[in-house]
Amino acid sequence: MTSSLSEVANAHVTKAPSIRAAGTGLEARGVHAWFTKHHALADVSLDFAPGTVTALIGPSGCGKSTFIRTLNRMHEFIPGAAMAGEVLLDGKDVYAPGVDVTKIRLQIGMVFQKPNPFPSMTIGENVLSGLKLAQVKVDNKDDLLEECLERAGLWKEVKDRLGAHGGSLSGGQQQRLCIARALAVRPQVLLMDEPCSALDPGSTLRIEETIRHLSDTMTIVIVTHNMQQAARVSDSTAFFLSDGGPGQMIEFAPTSEIFSRPKDKRTEDYVTGRFG
Amino acid sequence: MSTVPAPRELTTRPRLSDRVFRRVVTAGGLSSLVILGLITVFLAYRGVEVLRQEGFNFITKSNWSITTDDAGNVVESHFGLAAMLVGTILCSAVAVVIALPISVATALYLNFYAPPWLKKFLIAVIDMMAAFPSILFGIWGFLVLMPSIEYWAKLLNRYLGFVPVFHVDAYVFTRSPFVAGVILAIMIIPIITSVSREVFSQAPLDRIQAAYALGATRWGMIKAVVIPHGRSGVIGGAMLGLGRAMGETVAVFTVLNIVFQVNWHVLFGVGGNVASLIILKFGEASPYEIKALMAAGLVLFVLTLLVNAIADLIVKTTGKSGK
Repeated sequence: MTSSLSEVANAHVTKAPSIRAAGTGLEARGVHAWFTKHHALADVSLDFAPGTVTALIGPSGCGKSTFIRTLNRMHEFIPGAAMAGEVLLDGKDVYAPGVDVTKIRLQIGMVFQKPNPFPSMTIGENVLSGLKLAQVKVDNKDDLLEECLERAGLWKEVKDRLGAHGGSLSGGQQQRLCIARALAVRPQVLLMDEPCSALDPGSTLRIEETIRHLSDTMTIVIVTHNMQQAARVSDSTAFFLSDGGPGQMIEFAPTSEIFSRPKDKRTEDYVTGRFG
Repeated sequence: MSTVPAPRELTTRPRLSDRVFRRVVTAGGLSSLVILGLITVFLAYRGVEVLRQEGFNFITKSNWSITTDDAGNVVESHFGLAAMLVGTILCSAVAVVIALPISVATALYLNFYAPPWLKKFLIAVIDMMAAFPSILFGIWGFLVLMPSIEYWAKLLNRYLGFVPVFHVDAYVFTRSPFVAGVILAIMIIPIITSVSREVFSQAPLDRIQAAYALGATRWGMIKAVVIPHGRSGVIGGAMLGLGRAMGETVAVFTVLNIVFQVNWHVLFGVGGNVASLIILKFGEASPYEIKALMAAGLVLFVLTLLVNAIADLIVKTTGKSGK
């Protein structure tokens, strides 16, 4: 198991940070999270370099989904949710007083576990929905539509039926539609919370290809339960674990190292399949 | 080539407990149908003589007179409901037009803006409003609402008088279908609000999160997710309210100036609805007039059914896309 994973991880050649990726990346500093009294996440500091893919792995309940949701301030939608620490986007704290949270979410897009296109909108309207929701004006909607669907790897399949409803697509296509929708507002960072867990292997492969293409131009953070997937798509990997208390980040390193020479015993146990 | 077998009949033998339960719920489910059916038969049976006598005049003419000789035999009678039917439609339409936006706004506020303690409190207040006796609404409307609403009615007439419904033939603004409609609106707001609140609260969370994650404001999210999802339910709630408004008796009777004259001008103090006609005439009616009132009840019943059927059609044809 260890050898095969590290082979996959090494085969994925780490790119030099791309000059095209916008911004100076995303940084979490001492992030804690609570659900009412329950301390779910303790003291996580992570640096996401621009133009890289970072995978967050760990067993269920380790706080990785909670963590990713603190990055674009989706965590606070849960009643009783609280957080401490800082999340810096281009050096500015996204939790600073007076920050317009809708602007933050425009810059940090998100793709969810379950595909969630808007059922009342057509495929085309779904892709452009973010612009309408955030009242962003664009000159040429058709070009943007094609570009986003192309980047999400969906253009060829839907170009002749952009007027069909989003719900008429397969699960994998719906998820790529959601990626295209997230891309249309041109975020610097894309958060993906187990984007393939509801999909079949073929669709998963398509999404992974999409992630690799996208990482040229943006910073991607992906939560995954699938270690092979982390090995295939990511440049760096962070391992999260909860020992009954709040979830913690145990180890953060280049993906090839995590899967071949993990420094922490617990990381090694997890990536070699001894638990989790 | 193999032959395709005919599909097998799929059967199951339910247990005794299940069969008993099935009978019980079937009886419950059919009871409303039976009751409604019996009422319809009763109304039709009692009203058929008058309906046959008057024919189409019963719904196209506007008069209500009966002359009897000393022995109590009917010498001459004219029954026509046109004015009351128009009044019924006008009052309830005013009520829905006013109540719908208020109810939708209330439901959205309760679901997405109100702090939890206020939400609980407001829901209790609105539920109480639904249980409030209609005679009190009527009296309050007559004594308190009418004098103050006259000003607004005049204002509407002054600036929108060129629109036919806001026109008046004479300066009589009190006891108009508009005033009755406002009172009915207050009475049906709880119904429409509670149905709307229910459907809005069922808007799928993953779509709501999707909208927020795209940088939507709360209003943007509501427009993109909640309203498309809840639209058919809100229409259904409005129709429920409309049904209640069309059948409302006491509040309308207290407020309206019941006159047998077809009046399409909502601000003009002339009107009446079918239910208030029945309560007006019922106390002193002769046996033959009672039959006419039963026929009027039947007509109101059919009108309500018709409106509900149309509403159902609207919900079915427009409701699909949001789900």
